[in-house]
Amino acid sequence: MEVLAQPAFEVDEKGYYGRFGGAYIPEMLYPNVEELRQQYLHIIADSGFEQEFRYLLRDYVGRPTPLYFAGRLSDKYHTNIYLKREDLCHTGAHKVNNTIGQILVAKRLGKQRIVAETGAGQHGVATATVCALMGLECIVYMGKLDIERQKPNVERMKMLGAKVVAATCGSQTLKDATNEAMRHWINNPTDTHYIIGSVVGPHPYPDMVARFQSVISEEIRQQLTEKIGRPNPDYVVACVGGGSNAAGAFYHFLNETDVKLVAIEAGGQGVTSGHSAATTALGKPGVLHGSRTILMQTEDGQVTEPYSISAGLDYPGIGPLHAHLYDSGRGIFASITDDEALQAGLELSRLEGIIPALETAHALAYLGRLNATPEEVVVVNLSGRGDKDLATYSKSLDL
Amino acid sequence: MSNRIVRLFAEKNKNLLNVYFTAGYPKLGDTVTILQALEEAGADLVEIGMPYSDPVADGPVIQQSNDQALENGMSLRILFNQLENIRATVKLPVLLMGYLNPVVQYGVENFVKKCSETGIDGVILPDLPLQEYLDDYHEIFRKHNLLNIFLITPQTSEARIRQIDSVSEGFIYMVSSASVTGSSGAIGSTQEDYFRRIEAMQLQNPTLIGFGISGNASFARACRYANGAIIGSAFIRVLQHSSDLRPDIHRFVGGVKGITTK
Repeated sequence: MEVLAQPAFEVDEKGYYGRFGGAYIPEMLYPNVEELRQQYLHIIADSGFEQEFRYLLRDYVGRPTPLYFAGRLSDKYHTNIYLKREDLCHTGAHKVNNTIGQILVAKRLGKQRIVAETGAGQHGVATATVCALMGLECIVYMGKLDIERQKPNVERMKMLGAKVVAATCGSQTLKDATNEAMRHWINNPTDTHYIIGSVVGPHPYPDMVARFQSVISEEIRQQLTEKIGRPNPDYVVACVGGGSNAAGAFYHFLNETDVKLVAIEAGGQGVTSGHSAATTALGKPGVLHGSRTILMQTEDGQVTEPYSISAGLDYPGIGPLHAHLYDSGRGIFASITDDEALQAGLELSRLEGIIPALETAHALAYLGRLNATPEEVVVVNLSGRGDKDLATYSKSLDL
Repeated sequence: MSNRIVRLFAEKNKNLLNVYFTAGYPKLGDTVTILQALEEAGADLVEIGMPYSDPVADGPVIQQSNDQALENGMSLRILFNQLENIRATVKLPVLLMGYLNPVVQYGVENFVKKCSETGIDGVILPDLPLQEYLDDYHEIFRKHNLLNIFLITPQTSEARIRQIDSVSEGFIYMVSSASVTGSSGAIGSTQEDYFRRIEAMQLQNPTLIGFGISGNASFARACRYANGAIIGSAFIRVLQHSSDLRPDIHRFVGGVKGITTK
């Protein structure tokens, strides 16, 4: 791939990032996805949309979120670490940036009902929240296993008026919840909008979600300029399940080649243990949930059931943008095990008084391997707060 | 040599029964037994499902059969081995239906060649989009005389139906209603309006109606508006509960076609 001198990380007309992306959907979904593809750029570019989106992000979500210099953490790793505090967003994670954007799109498309999938429950909560805000019916599919391990979020969704439906097929996690949400959309094609929670799915979803999340890197650039006099850090580190927080944190740095983009996948019990969700380490190109991407699968092309202690990273693929970042060498991909993530979550809690989501803890755990110098600047996207994971932390860390 | 699907529609254009079943289900070794029994019982064409871990267009019954078939060890390699000599005994047109990823991993060209060698006449891959097919697959399919069957739904625009009709060969798969497979089975006035609308378009290709066809009544009703109909989930349910496949398959197919057997 010699195009690296002039990297193009924007999606092309057909919905591809390099050789990844596209819209591999059954004909039953074609009209919906095509409607969205034709409309989304016009809708987003409309000044009324932009105004409403910005207003809600500011007054409802609480943006801009702080870029916090983590002094004690920086001392420990002998470098300069800034935390982008997406955990301080309303609902406790970056997911709401996307659901605000998509609910405004859904309204403009005249849809009355929203369907969504959720893994850790953060996207489900963020979807239930904006549905309550806009008075739309909300149905959230969630793997049966995830319903058990993310109970507080299930209760929050119910409190917000959403109907939570258990996905009982397959591994009963995020992949299966996504299958069920797509089936629901097939069964209800005209009045329903599907709010996908990550930069996955058929075009235009990966691009649309990345645009809504790009507010994260837009703010990082402004905030770094104020704090250190330049917009670019040396590293941006984020965890990747489907990859929406990473897409948002990387977005405005994609063509800034002096910024190293570090994507951390869930290694589970270890990449070679057979219980892992480290997609780029274990996967190869394939087609899932509407896009061509890198995918964990058997030799026969059956999708492998991933494993991670963190429900939000427990997904066998990554978004096509990330597949392209990996494939082109623009992104640095690594994985962190369950145990490393748990320790990193504990470390941030004790050093900075911030309990991170288990997903985010994977990104934090990589600080020990980053080898950044005392002069360099590292931004870690603190994608969510850890309240939902307290049961897992307490049990696993023997607190 | 012309394609068996094309020949079938040239000879017969009414009340055609197409039956879907999942390869390797209920037992790994049942594939060819079921295929032969369907031919004996009077099915006109057959779709063999290539099981997949994530069949998003399918309802619970076919999902479960896919899971069971995979658990039984079914794979494309094994399926092609099982089907290797079918043309010694089976005359009716045979299609493979499934999802794109296993085909991509097998290698598209290898897959198409293998289909052709085995005597497979057509393929249905719901998640292979029309444009991708035309750009990357059509030439390979044509070279090996393999047909790709496209779906239309009540939501498909007239312009797109015309486009699909112009690139189709064999037949067009009319999805009866906005649903995944195995839904209620009722064909109501909404469906009939849609069937009439398509009938009035006078497409150059024959049509078969599928999704929600479960027995004689819905089969007969669908056949009023199309060249025939496709049954999947209802047949899988028969297989699921069958203790003796051949007689059960004969009884089911006879029942759907309205032929009473003792």
